[in-house]
Amino acid sequence: MTAPAIAIEVEGLTKSFDGRQVVRNLSMTVKRGTIYGFLGPNGSGKTTTIRMLCGLLTPDSGRGTCLGYDIRTEADKIKLHVGYMTQRFSLYQDLSVRENLEFIARLYGIPNARGAAERMIGRLGLEGRGEQLAGSLSGGWKQRLALGACTLPEPQLLLLDEPTAGVDPKARREFWAQIHTLAAEGLTVLVSTHYMDEAERCHEIAYIAYGDLLAHGTVDEVIAGSGLVTFTVSGRGDNGGLAQLGRALEAAPGVDMVAPFGTSLHVCGRDRAALEAAIAPYRSDASLAFEPAAPTLEDVFIDLMTRAKDNFQ
Amino acid sequence: MSAADTMPRRRAGFFRRVFAMVVKELLQLRRDRVTLATMVSIPLLQLVLFGYAINTTPRFLPTAVLMQESSDVGRSIIAALQATRYFKVTRILHSKEEFDRVLATGEALFAVEIPAGFERALRRGEMPALLIAADATDPVATGSALGALDKLVATALMHSRAIPEATTPAFEIRQHRRYNPAGVTQLNIVPGLLGTILTMTMLIFTALSVTRETERGTMESLLALPISPLEIMLGKILPYILIGAFQACLILTAGVLLFDVPIIGSLRLLALLTTLFIATNLAIGYTFSTIAQNQLQAVQMTMMFFLPNILMSGFMFPFSGMPRWAQWIGECLPLTHFVRIVRAVILKGATFTDLKVEAAALAGLMLVAMTIAVTRFRRTLD
Repeated sequence: MTAPAIAIEVEGLTKSFDGRQVVRNLSMTVKRGTIYGFLGPNGSGKTTTIRMLCGLLTPDSGRGTCLGYDIRTEADKIKLHVGYMTQRFSLYQDLSVRENLEFIARLYGIPNARGAAERMIGRLGLEGRGEQLAGSLSGGWKQRLALGACTLPEPQLLLLDEPTAGVDPKARREFWAQIHTLAAEGLTVLVSTHYMDEAERCHEIAYIAYGDLLAHGTVDEVIAGSGLVTFTVSGRGDNGGLAQLGRALEAAPGVDMVAPFGTSLHVCGRDRAALEAAIAPYRSDASLAFEPAAPTLEDVFIDLMTRAKDNFQ
Repeated sequence: MSAADTMPRRRAGFFRRVFAMVVKELLQLRRDRVTLATMVSIPLLQLVLFGYAINTTPRFLPTAVLMQESSDVGRSIIAALQATRYFKVTRILHSKEEFDRVLATGEALFAVEIPAGFERALRRGEMPALLIAADATDPVATGSALGALDKLVATALMHSRAIPEATTPAFEIRQHRRYNPAGVTQLNIVPGLLGTILTMTMLIFTALSVTRETERGTMESLLALPISPLEIMLGKILPYILIGAFQACLILTAGVLLFDVPIIGSLRLLALLTTLFIATNLAIGYTFSTIAQNQLQAVQMTMMFFLPNILMSGFMFPFSGMPRWAQWIGECLPLTHFVRIVRAVILKGATFTDLKVEAAALAGLMLVAMTIAVTRFRRTLD
């Protein structure tokens, strides 16, 4: 089979649990060889979507293909070419690193499973730990092993569900370096995350909240598409004053969001004129510095989430 | 500093900590509906079931009759046998070979032979002998019926005008306790224990296997891997067959060395049918595993299945003593068939031909369990 240019294409996916819609009418397209970031708050439907993509959940309605296979009827074929890394560590804790890898290699019919496992141990930098029980590895190593287990059968698509939750910054950076290496080799990666810095490492992102896909595109496109106007306020006075200012601004009309960032505040609004009117009384204060700034991805997401919540309730 | 910080924090007292734990446990128990339901239903169900089913002085035991002559005397003896309510004639035999076979296969617990020339000998006062052979593998089942035979001699011919009243008994009953002539309990219990112990260990091995994957979270990645439910099931059952075989060897060796149980039949046949029995139990345990939501429920289901296996299989109490409905339940339990198999092979030297019905029943139960398990196994997380 020649690889089509599209890895994932789904339309109108909907899934309910106990009468509650967890994913609503979700459509998305992921091009081959890209790293696609899947962002959204807890309980927004990211895991459910990923599980529908690899055939672990059946959508209530909607259709789609994953690597050209129908997600409803060809789950068996999808499983052969997709590596799925679960949110919770789901390798056998009472098997050693090597035994876990060998198990997977055998299931995929890889010749010389033992050799394949040993090679992967080397690639993961786990030499000397092959006989250690997977359950006794630290969080960062567990995550590395889980990724290794997913990539062992050389899949065409990786589905990673919050792979870096609870992992230290250095391990996260190494993890992402590896993801980029894999993508450069032609692998498609769909990765869900909470971290904004990780979102910025993706080629494309999608933001999902309360089951709805709210925004998608490159990071710059998503920020530009938000229509948010942002000012940063840095205080020369003490931080107590800045917190007080934050509370006052939050109540002011035209201000949609105020968020403290270290010694400064991010003040955002969708209407430039209204926002400027709101901050005007404080701009004369010599101890405060107002500067126009580009909204950060986080600003955009919090804003999207707040608006989605308003619609949701 | 707020007021809360300045307040001295003390550990709660012993009883309050115990109380906190008790409340937490009760709350968790309340959420587990299945456990709650089984807590009420298991004791009630089993009490009623076993209360009505178990009978240690069984009546109406299956009896086969070989009439070497057709005479009124013979018929009135058979009538008297049935009148004791311990015997129930289920089959009329036509040859000596059949006589031996019904006992070997367990089709009948007793076989009665009225020899040729019995009536004539009786009329002449020659005290002819009547042969009653009993399958004594289970002394409990046949004991009370054999005890009732003494009275039979006195009453059997009371109404038969053909025979002159005599002060001494007119005939003799020759009892023949086959397979376990001395009525040694161990000879009966040890082979049965082989089945009971295997049932318990095999069920629990596989009963936990799927729920354990679910509880530990490994099920999610297992489902994402290219492996089918049938392959998962076979992969989980096969290793335990080896363990079961090892256990069976251990029990049999101990039975021979410690309890002097003779193994009369073919060891190869015993090994073959024991393996089948082990696989059947593993398949049933695996089925529980696909139905239970957690390991606790799986263990409860196992216990719920284990108890009738012990009480209604004929291992502990005579199978023929149970009412018909209980016997039908018993026929659905693998241990019932295995107890018959193991007693027949070890004590009676039965062959495969004698046991093909029991073997087919075990295989049938295994296939039913496997079919349920494979269809019940959820391939998705829906």
